[in-house]
Amino acid sequence: MFQVRFHGRGGQGVVTAAEMLSVAAFLDGRFAQAFPSFGSERTGAPVVSYCRIADGEIRTRAPVESPDALVVQDATLLHQVDLFSGVGSDAYVLVNTSHTFEELGIAELAGRFRADRVLTVPATEIALRLLGRPLPNAVLLGGFAAMTGAVRVDAVVAAIRERFAGQVAEGNAEGARAAASVVEKERSGRAATD
Amino acid sequence: MLRQIEGSRAVAEAVGLCRPEVVCAYPISPQTHIIEAIGVLVKSGRLTPCKFVNVESEFAAMSVSIGASAMGARAYTATASQGLLYMTEAVYNAAGLGLPIVMTVANRAIGAPINIWNDHSDAMSVRDAGWVQLFAETNQDAVDLHIQAFRLAEELSLPVMVCMDGFVLTHAFERVELPEQADVDAFLPPFEPRQVLDPDEPVSIGAMVGPEAFTEVRYLAHARQLQALARIPELATEFAATFGRGSGGLVSTYRTEGADTVVVALGSVLGTLKDAADALWDAGVPIGVVGVTTFRPFPAEAVAGAIRGARRVVVVEKAFSIGAHGILAGDVTLALSGLDVGVYAVVAGLGGRPISEGSLRSLLEEASRGSLPALTFLDLDTQLVARELERTVAHRRSGPTAENLLRDIGTSRRVAGPAAST
Repeated sequence: MFQVRFHGRGGQGVVTAAEMLSVAAFLDGRFAQAFPSFGSERTGAPVVSYCRIADGEIRTRAPVESPDALVVQDATLLHQVDLFSGVGSDAYVLVNTSHTFEELGIAELAGRFRADRVLTVPATEIALRLLGRPLPNAVLLGGFAAMTGAVRVDAVVAAIRERFAGQVAEGNAEGARAAASVVEKERSGRAATD
Repeated sequence: MLRQIEGSRAVAEAVGLCRPEVVCAYPISPQTHIIEAIGVLVKSGRLTPCKFVNVESEFAAMSVSIGASAMGARAYTATASQGLLYMTEAVYNAAGLGLPIVMTVANRAIGAPINIWNDHSDAMSVRDAGWVQLFAETNQDAVDLHIQAFRLAEELSLPVMVCMDGFVLTHAFERVELPEQADVDAFLPPFEPRQVLDPDEPVSIGAMVGPEAFTEVRYLAHARQLQALARIPELATEFAATFGRGSGGLVSTYRTEGADTVVVALGSVLGTLKDAADALWDAGVPIGVVGVTTFRPFPAEAVAGAIRGARRVVVVEKAFSIGAHGILAGDVTLALSGLDVGVYAVVAGLGGRPISEGSLRSLLEEASRGSLPALTFLDLDTQLVARELERTVAHRRSGPTAENLLRDIGTSRRVAGPAAST
């Protein structure tokens, strides 16, 4: 079972991200379960959501305590919330930011993870360019798929098209593919320097 | 059709397939997505003929459902928590009148303090009202139970409540097989009311009944519940034959064979319990799991049968009778009376407190060692409790309890956990 925890703020589509990931996994033929943290969503408040992906029925209803992957939709949470609770050193970490980990002041923390598994994607910038709105959730899923291989990028795009229509669907789909390329480039860069 | 879909949407689709003629509901978290989606079905013309009636309260929602049902319409509503309390008088009326209304309860805690998250105190508050109460373990279960609920309600002319855990199920995306309309139509014939308000053949429904017949009216309601007890397993068998999968019935069992300790529960926590049981079997601790699908009428015989052979029973429940004991545990104790089986009540998951597999495993290990007290509050923060008790001893004006506890916890604790955004 592959378990993902999403962190963001109310209004950034944190819950929708987990739901779309579960749809992508379903389209890949897997079993998936997505659900919000049991918290009230208010615009700007920290929000958590979860997604589990497996080859068989998922029975547990407990929140994800030890995620295999962490998606951080809002980097300002890094210094406010204990995002890394239960996250092992082999986990994948994807942060939405246009800064480096040094600039964010978490270089030491990022250094605890495998270099090819702790990456950044400027998802808000990509979303602003393609959608005209700072909604990073669907864009990040493209990066997530490229980084983890837990779902195909094509499945993420299909899940986006199932959720949204028209320009919003196309902008998000393009953004997801753009994020996937960013991740691929970043990883090959890391691999070259390792 | 197999879909990856939100529980609320899946239930709305299932209700739509049952062709209700009147839907009247008032939105309340975590039920809102269900009735929004049914509203869309009606407005888009996919569910027709159906009248979606907007009202100003849950009391009105149940009252309109009563009126619609008495006029011979298939009636549906949904609510949760305070909404269920607000309609309570009409909830009793629906049962007392024997009107086959189907209602979803998206289980949520009851205030004060206000809490929008899941537990079973809402459903438990009306357990004696005379409704059949079915509890869904998964969203597939929720879909399948609604289809059986309409059939059962209309056959026996009594209302049926389908309980599904708020947020845990209503807001979870998972795969659900949505039935075909033709199969639902084959399983659920058009509504043929036992009593109907018809100007051409006037009758009154709900007139005053004095001591001369009130006991008999209530006894017949009880007898009808006992009829339901016999009918529910038959409908589950018929459902399986029509739809190709099992759902419903009185109780479900998992790995009870050879289990010294059996854990009994309602609703979605059964999934986590099964995972915990598997892990414990692997560790040499045999634990069986019994799910009570039908809570009212209470299937005492089926529960006793499912537990046969176990030495002790742990009842994990998301509600309790304050000042007394576990509610389901009380029913289970009665079902096992005369047998040499210890029954232990465990209150868990109140107000959305997550129930982790780790906590369940520790609990069940303790139970299997025979060292569980009669009543346990899972993951109770005893320090937090002690601090408030000290305050009440030290100061007469110790202030409001809930706010005191929140102040003690502060805003920094558990921010990354499930309580992140409360």
